[in-house]
Amino acid sequence: MATALASDLNAITLGAPLALDSGKVLADVTLAYETYGELNADKSNAILICHALTGDQFVAKTHPLTGKPGWWERMVGPGKPIDTNQFHVICANVIGSCLGSTGPACPAEDGKPYGMRFPVITIRDMVRAQVALLDALGIGTLHAVVGGSMGGMQALSFAANFPGRTDRVLAIATTARHSAQNIAFHEVGRQAIMADPDWQGGNYYESAGNGPEKGLSVARMAAHITYLSEAGLTDKFGRRLQDRQEKSFGFDADFQIESYLRYQGLAFTTRFDANSYLYITRAMDYFDLAEEHGGLLADAFRDAGDTRFCVVSFDTDWLYPTAESRNVVHALNAVAAPVSFVELSAPYGHDSFLLECPALDRVIKGFIG
Amino acid sequence: MSALRADLAKIAQQVPHGARVLDIGCGEGDLMDVLRRERNVDVRGLEIDPELVEKCVSRGLSVVQGDADHDLAGYPDASYDVAILSQTLQTAERPDYMLDQLLRVGRTAFVSFPNFASWRMRFSLLFHGRMPVTRHLPVSWYETQNIHHVTVDDFRQLIADKGVTVEGSWFFAGGREISGTNANWRAEHAVYQLSR
Repeated sequence: MATALASDLNAITLGAPLALDSGKVLADVTLAYETYGELNADKSNAILICHALTGDQFVAKTHPLTGKPGWWERMVGPGKPIDTNQFHVICANVIGSCLGSTGPACPAEDGKPYGMRFPVITIRDMVRAQVALLDALGIGTLHAVVGGSMGGMQALSFAANFPGRTDRVLAIATTARHSAQNIAFHEVGRQAIMADPDWQGGNYYESAGNGPEKGLSVARMAAHITYLSEAGLTDKFGRRLQDRQEKSFGFDADFQIESYLRYQGLAFTTRFDANSYLYITRAMDYFDLAEEHGGLLADAFRDAGDTRFCVVSFDTDWLYPTAESRNVVHALNAVAAPVSFVELSAPYGHDSFLLECPALDRVIKGFIG
Repeated sequence: MSALRADLAKIAQQVPHGARVLDIGCGEGDLMDVLRRERNVDVRGLEIDPELVEKCVSRGLSVVQGDADHDLAGYPDASYDVAILSQTLQTAERPDYMLDQLLRVGRTAFVSFPNFASWRMRFSLLFHGRMPVTRHLPVSWYETQNIHHVTVDDFRQLIADKGVTVEGSWFFAGGREISGTNANWRAEHAVYQLSR
């Protein structure tokens, strides 16, 4: 299990307990966050970036555990499409995660890690925590909320539940509800973790060893496939063999794609907590913005008619396909919200929003303004 | 408004200040931009080409990528004061259905279209025996998006059959407005303002 060094983390503890959708209450909530660029005098240039399932607050800073560049450095920074010379960017680790914000690896009241005693959280709970952070920072209205994938769910939830707290919402490669297929893939991942004997019902933090690395690794491998496209995989790997001329007639990683997935799975375990993976995937599965608002998605946005929206999908994203974005756009049209929508062409599947896509850069820069 | 094509400039002049406007087939958003700046309107766009949508968004315009043939159905009744369909009617799968949608979504509608019966087109077809390629319809038959060529008289017949009210009509040739006399023969483009 990966644990970040506290000295690397900038964090705030919320003054009030957080009331959750489950009916439970989470006390002493800590939110770890990073900021980029200066906040102006009237606090009007703040942009909240919401990270995806396994993302973190290190949008444009070196990751403290992996030493790798921030996950969206190509988009956020001085002179980048989200220009930190102009804007004050805030990104907080979501609750339930494991890079400094309160999650299942954190100590509960009895001093022992929560493990599976951590309450099930929702996307709206994550957003509530972020709004509490904005309150603590004295930021009333954001210039924009921006997010891709699960970050996009938070951005939509933010608009629905806290209308008036942001002037703009940019939701990329996302959906207003998790589909059966989305839930199905997550369940595969969770079952892989829970089937690992080292998971121990979630109480692995104080055991010797590294926790359910094998299960978490398989979960990541399965999920990683859903972030790519068939054409992308074929283009990058095809049926090429890994460091060998012929098939081994065994079960080594003969193919490059196998080797790549195994590496991705293993690397993931050095930076992510298995229980966090369970909780955050659950939060995504529970996400259905229409259900939260009486069954009609337009009603979710009833009070957000003055917010400017931009919704972006990718033609090769089969995890959150364009139809899901159109669903959001139709709801926004129904409440006459100013909405832009574009389906961009990119070869990389769902992960396109994180990768080289000049059209996305132009759309984001233009929309953020 | 001199930078706009003549038919668009005419539409822009007719749109009331402060109206809610939907521009269907908005292209790069030139008309939207003029309406926003000079008529102080709340204007939204619908455009099928993602590269054009991207240009609109980067200009700060609210434009949805979509196919007017199908996506207009998702807009609520009378959700706009004005619906504009410029140079798009003749590309529709069913122009008659699209007119219905236009007049459902907007309280009033502007429709502009190229007139296939203008004399240059007639001469070109009569003397050359081939589908006309002219200044105002410059694309060859096999790559044109205009799948339902229409004339001024055809359009008049359609709206008469539908019982649609004509609030105004304007005609253009050579980039200039011309009178309505013999418009079916003389006009290269027409603009109609319609209501139910």
